[in-house]
Order: sequence, then C-alpha cells, then structure tokens
Amino acid sequence: MSVSQTQFITAVLDPLIGAPDGLIDPNGNPAGKRFDVYRNNVVASLSDALEVAFPVVQKLVGDVFFRAMAGVYLRRHPPTTPLLMFYGEYFADFLAGFEPVAQLQYLPDVARLEYAQRISYHAADAKPIDPAILQKITPDALMASHFTIAPAVQLIRSDWPIAAIWYENMDETAPKSQNRAEDVLITRPEFDPQIISLPAGSAAFVHSLMTGAPLSEALKQGTIANASFNFSEILGVLLTGAAIIDIT
Amino acid sequence: MPPSPDMTRLPNRPGVGYKPQHFAGIMENAGQVEWLEIHAENYTGDGGRPLAQLRALAEIFPFSVHGVGLSIGGEAPLDPDHLARLKHLCDWLKPASFSEHLAWSTHDTHFMNDLLPLPYTDETLARVSDHVAQVQDTLGRKMLLENPSSYLAFAESTYQEPDFLAKVVARTGCGLLLDVNNVFISANNQKTSPQDYIDAFAHEYVGEIHLGGHHADEDDQGNLLLIDSHGHPVVDPVWALYEYTLEKSGPKPSLIEWDDNIPDWPELESEAGRAAQILDGQTT
Amino acid sequence: MSIHVKSLAVAGAVAAALTTLAVAPASAGAKEKCYGVALAGENDCKAGPGTTCAGSSKVDYQGNAFKMVPAGTCETTMLPGDRAGSLTELKRDVPA
Repeated sequence: MSVSQTQFITAVLDPLIGAPDGLIDPNGNPAGKRFDVYRNNVVASLSDALEVAFPVVQKLVGDVFFRAMAGVYLRRHPPTTPLLMFYGEYFADFLAGFEPVAQLQYLPDVARLEYAQRISYHAADAKPIDPAILQKITPDALMASHFTIAPAVQLIRSDWPIAAIWYENMDETAPKSQNRAEDVLITRPEFDPQIISLPAGSAAFVHSLMTGAPLSEALKQGTIANASFNFSEILGVLLTGAAIIDIT
Repeated sequence: MPPSPDMTRLPNRPGVGYKPQHFAGIMENAGQVEWLEIHAENYTGDGGRPLAQLRALAEIFPFSVHGVGLSIGGEAPLDPDHLARLKHLCDWLKPASFSEHLAWSTHDTHFMNDLLPLPYTDETLARVSDHVAQVQDTLGRKMLLENPSSYLAFAESTYQEPDFLAKVVARTGCGLLLDVNNVFISANNQKTSPQDYIDAFAHEYVGEIHLGGHHADEDDQGNLLLIDSHGHPVVDPVWALYEYTLEKSGPKPSLIEWDDNIPDWPELESEAGRAAQILDGQTT
Repeated sequence: MSIHVKSLAVAGAVAAALTTLAVAPASAGAKEKCYGVALAGENDCKAGPGTTCAGSSKVDYQGNAFKMVPAGTCETTMLPGDRAGSLTELKRDVPA
C-alpha cells in the first residue's frame, strides 16, 4: 500500500498510467481525478514557465503547437534545479532535434537568443569603466591591454537573422527580417537586456576580447573576419551597453 | 506604518507576497501592508533588477523568505547546492523569517515545481525531522514549516496532520506556518472539519499565517474539490476561519498570497486591509 | 603597416566612439532603475488549473507520435522569396 515517490512522479508525468494504488479519496476510493490535480500543476506550471521564457518561439509556432511541444520537452527534460527562472536550458538543443520543427531551421537560435536574455537579466552587476579613461591610456598601451567584459554580456552567432526575427515578433513596427546571417550581442546597460545586431566582424572581435586576448589581437581577429570591420563602431556599442568593466 | 520597524521579526500585522510589478505601488503607498514575503528561488540569481528591488525594499520592510523548492518531504537527501543558495540569501538579506513546506518536489534530480504530498508515518516523520534539523543547522536559524493543501490521502498514513506537525516541532524546535486557506481546502477535500483542525493545531509555535484564494472543481464522484490556485480574493468562509484561528492564537503576522491573475497593487493592498481589520478586532 | 600607425588609428577610433557617446542620454538614478518590467518566469506556490488540462489528457506526448504542425508567425515571418517555413540554410553575408 505504500506509494514511493518514484511511483508518484512516474504517474504524474504519464497520463496513461493510473494514479498509484494507495492514494485515496475520503471514502477510500481510488484517487482518480484528485491525482490529476498534481499532474496538471506540474505540466501547466512548467509549460507556463517555458512560454514566459520563450515568447518569440511561442509566437513563431503558435500557442497550441507550443503548448503541445512544451509537454514533450518537460517530460524529456524536467527541471534539474528548483530555479524556474533558468528553466529551458536545453530547449534550443531540443528544438534542433525535434522533427516537427525541422523546417524552421532558425528556431533553435531564436531560443538561444531568448535564453541568453534571461542569463543576462540575472547576471551579476558590474560597474562599467568611465569611457574617458580610454583617452588617458597611450595608444600603444591600449593595444596591449585586456578588456574585461561585463557578466551580463552575451554573444550569439547565428546563420539566421535572429535579432530581426526577435524584433519583428516583439514589436509590430519593426522592419521585416532580411535574409542574412546575424551576430547578436546582448548588453545590459541598466537592468534591461538590449539585443543588438552586430556589424560585420564585430562578433569575432568581441569573442576574442571575451576569451582574454589583448586589444591588438582582437582587432586582428575582427579584421580577418571582415575587412570592413569598424573598431570605433563596436567600441561605441560596448561603451553604450556598459559592457567594459575593466581594462588591465 | 510606524517609522523604523524592527527588521528582525515579522509584526503581527498584514503582509503580502511580493510581486515585481508591485514595486512602484509599494514604494508609493504601502497602505496597510507592513511586511513582505518573497519566494526564495526567485532571488538566487547573481544580480540585476530582482536583487536591486529586494535591496531597496529590505531597507523599508521586514522580510519573510519562503522557499518553494527545497523538497523537505523528499525521500532523497536535501540538495546541498540549493541549501547553499538559501543560506547565501538568508546571510545577506537577514530576513525576519525563513519558511518552507511540508511537501516534496524533487526526486532523482528532477524538480517537479509543485508541492507534492507525503504520507504521515513514523518513517516520514523521522525523515522530515532530519531535513528540518539540517536546514536549521545550515541556515543557523529557526525555520517555519507550512501545512500543505491536500487533494487526496495516503492509505498508509498513521498520523493526523496537526499531530504530525507538532511532532516535527517537538523533535526539531522549528516553528509552524499555518496556512488557513490550506486548512479550509484540505478539510473540504478530506471531508473533515476545518475548525477541528484549527483546534488541534499547536498555535504557540505558529510564527506566520497565510491567507489566499482558491478555485473550485469536482472529483470523479462529483464532490466539490477545492484547489489552491492563489488566483482569487480570499473567500468569506476562509476569513471566518482566520478569525476563528486568531481567537485561539492571538494576533499573528498574516500574509495574503496572490500568485495568479495578479491584481493591481490597490486591490492587493485592500485585501491586506481586510486582514488588518480583523487583526485590529483582536487586539482591542 | 607599423604597430605605431595602427595605434594611431586606434586612438582615432577611440576618439570617434567617445564623440558618439557624448550625446547618449544620461542614465537613470539607482532607485529609478528598480522600476521597470521583470523578465518573469518565477517560482511560486500556486496550484494549476484543476483536474482537466494537458497534464491529464490521454494525448500521447511521446515525440515520435507528435502530429501537430507549427501555426504561428513562422508562416509569415520568414523570409524573402516565398520560402516561409521551408528554408534552406542561409550563407553568412560576409563580403569577400
């Protein structure tokens, strides 16, 4: 008559299994629909969490489809920590392998962008440098220096126009997306993550800085990636986004 | 609100479950609301607006940290990583109170995001008591344990819930969080008397009361099945049960929980105002 | 090109970037920054929608039996050339 938690959870996640024996109503009858309350709590609350976390993916595939797909995902990847704000860690990878959305090849990267926003939102606070300090460093010293990038900054490189797709679905007045690859930088100048479509070569430059290269090397990487790489432009983006927190 | 409240204890006055969309409303006019409760898990990030709001509010209000994910009733050991997160939060925020549920939510590393029920037996009493003691040792503070809302019963149970909770208190020295709405829901769903439950409760250990709205459904037999939705105003019979409780216990810190269909600040504040009226009636 | 010439170019780029910054709006005060929307998605302790929803329906949620098709803005979002929903991978727009 004893009901183990393994039995309980297995039945919660699989509606084809009846409520475990040993769960009863006040008259001693099997729990029946009373057990469904727990099933619905689990499935509805985790589906809600995914909807809130991935609003653009939801718009792209539609509410009904998203809800059904969430039901598959949450059973395959239940949360592994109690922190619901980070639920959906594997959603992009799941989408990449989920046959019914195989034709929407951009969908996984849109999910990556939405998840990265969430990481950015909860990332540690950090005080940006005073931009004026850049002119107090001699050019040669600046070339040899390392830029520390704020914890809230996220870089997503995509073969799809993910920033444009995101804006198009979040803002009716945004222009239609163009047929192009897009690199996206998320900055958090105050508390709200900003989604910025990067100009050519900038992603290689920022990636190089984030992985610890000195400015001279990062500039080289930017120029290798794209001959029209413009340092001034990306520096403006980084400073405006409070993305540089130290120069050493 | 009196100036400079004591931040180290919850006053025997109304509080509300804090929602980020109410930040401006609270800052502008907190009204009858004298303390706030947060769900611990939402404030375990590294930074950003959630923690900034919390720091600003904690300068003004006493806080209760209410965990919803520790799985104290779980068969498995407590998650040490999550316990460490809770300790970190309590260490910097220094809340007036920390509480969790007589329930489980994690099994086999899977977090189900619901307060799942457990049978009340000698075995589960020992396990829950060990877990409560571990929480108190780790956090270095007393915790409150909350009675759940139940939709079904375990045939194997050998204890009534108030008795089970009193035994956990005796073994661990913890306090209790009495959710009056949960008492009302469970009594309806178990066809028992909510007054009997309140009569049997160990009120001297109650550090906080919860009030909230619920939703009405039906079981297979067509019996009324109440569900703890936190999506409506507190209903009159629950207010009446709250008054009945205070007559036994005297005034307690009393929280309005509203987690779904969340109203604008003035409506939530007025719900707290109703608790304030009842508390006023108690103290005069 | 000598390293010195590059450094001078960098100094010019820094000066140009700072010029554009000068016209950026002043940032909000600490308190004001607390106002604003939350990226929600939070833990709470409410119970869900009762006894009838996806959690208890007998629909088969196994991925290999999933029969629905997407029906949202994906039908119209993408992309030039009437290729909505049937894209082949795009080449990155890297000029030579």
